[in-house]
Amino acid sequence: MADALVEMRGVNKWYGELHALKEINLDIAEREVVVVIGPSGSGKSTLIRTINRLESIQEGEILIDGERLPEEGKGLAKLRADVGMVFQSFNLFAHKTILENVTLGPVKVKKMGKSDAEEKARGLLERVGVAHQADKYPAELSGGQQQRVAIARALAMEPKVMLFDEPTSALDPEMINEVLQVMLDLAEGGTTMVVVTHEMGFARSAADRMVFMDEGEIVEENDPESFYKGAKTERARDFLSKIITH
Amino acid sequence: MLEFYTEYWPDYWDGTLVTLRLVVISFTLACIIGVIIAGFRVSPVPPLRSFASGYVALFRNMPLLVVFFLAFFGVGDLGFVFGPFPTAAVALGMYTGAYMAEVIRSGINSVSSGQAEAGRAIGLGFIPLLREIVIPQAVRTVIAPIGNLFIANFKNTAVALTISVFELTYISRKLINETARTWLSLLGAAIIYTVILLFAGWVFRTLEDRYAIKR
Ligand SMILES: Nc1ncnc2c1ncn2[C@@H]1O[C@H](COP(=O)(O)OP(=O)(O)OP(=O)(O)O)[C@@H](O)[C@H]1O
Ligand SMILES: [Mg+2]
Repeated sequence: MADALVEMRGVNKWYGELHALKEINLDIAEREVVVVIGPSGSGKSTLIRTINRLESIQEGEILIDGERLPEEGKGLAKLRADVGMVFQSFNLFAHKTILENVTLGPVKVKKMGKSDAEEKARGLLERVGVAHQADKYPAELSGGQQQRVAIARALAMEPKVMLFDEPTSALDPEMINEVLQVMLDLAEGGTTMVVVTHEMGFARSAADRMVFMDEGEIVEENDPESFYKGAKTERARDFLSKIITH
Repeated sequence: MLEFYTEYWPDYWDGTLVTLRLVVISFTLACIIGVIIAGFRVSPVPPLRSFASGYVALFRNMPLLVVFFLAFFGVGDLGFVFGPFPTAAVALGMYTGAYMAEVIRSGINSVSSGQAEAGRAIGLGFIPLLREIVIPQAVRTVIAPIGNLFIANFKNTAVALTISVFELTYISRKLINETARTWLSLLGAAIIYTVILLFAGWVFRTLEDRYAIKR
């Protein structure tokens, strides 16, 4: 896969003594949707956070569209703009309106004109179904709405790949679907996505590939149907039996 | 009673001006020191962090009167002699600066690290991140505590009388000695302090309302 959009080669990361990522090799093709799954503490968050270098790595390399992630600095900020990220806890900017949350990146990083950025932001807010909330502040929105805004904020940068770290696990059950629906639409529209989630419904309908992690390693890669029906590895089967029973 | 105040109004006025000058200079200094020390405290450089913690620990655990005496008599003993007013301004500024550093640091910490990460994730560099995300929110959370510090700093100027700065409290004590009308002399100063500080409190509350973050 020479034309992979994201390439991770021999990536190792330690937190002090803890070997958090062990020799990770992972290629993600354009338009591919990869779902990452695994027990708590297995390194899922760490893995996707290294892709936009919110976490640094000690060994190996990560390439986005053929370009190596640089060290901290200007180049890094630019490359980061190519990688959209959606967090479990939304992390909207509390002092800015919904519209400003979405226009900030395009205006400050991409130097887009304010009115162009606003027009574009309104389009995106429309797309994720919160257009009528544009002038409110994050705290005035429900969790599901905030997360959809967070998705719009990331999309506003026109990233090459979108990362999602458990985007629905901080949400009340009745709000999960509205967020998953937006993500399904993105997947259908051909957005390249890496998603950490335990939502089996989403994985089954959107994922091209499942990546199962345990103790910092990628233990298994599989297509979703085979993975849920009969995972190849003992560790994955064991994990699935636990999450499916409760 | 009224004659007393019409007669001694010029003294009160002079004292008030000295107090106000002392407040402006010492509080400005406190803000500058506060920003620098808070910056040190959140910096990744261990020696700067230790220096800043030491500074804060030192000034927060010493009575202000001791700071004044050290600055005036202690430093004077070492052969560096400054006038009472500059000494008072610097001593008070350094003292309030330690509290200011703590307030500013808590303001910085009040901005969730998640928001800073979200900012980095959309490609904001360090300076734009501070300017767009961290500082605007930190400032809003520190308006009220800074207002409290301002009021405390204002009242603490009275300690400067001990090193003969002719500020408002010094003046009222002088009037006691000259007129033997203790109650009236002090009441004059009390009214001036109260009126000015009620006004300052109102200004800070208005600022706070204006800039409060909707949550
Ligand atoms: N900043 C950090 N400092 C030290 N250790 C960390 C840090 N972040 C994560 N870890 C450790 O690294 C390991 C992997 O953590 P990570 O957050 O990637 O797991 P995860 O698979 O996302 O788990 P969860 O499902 O609970 O979110 C864990 O053992 C965790 O305790
Ligand atoms: Mg995680």
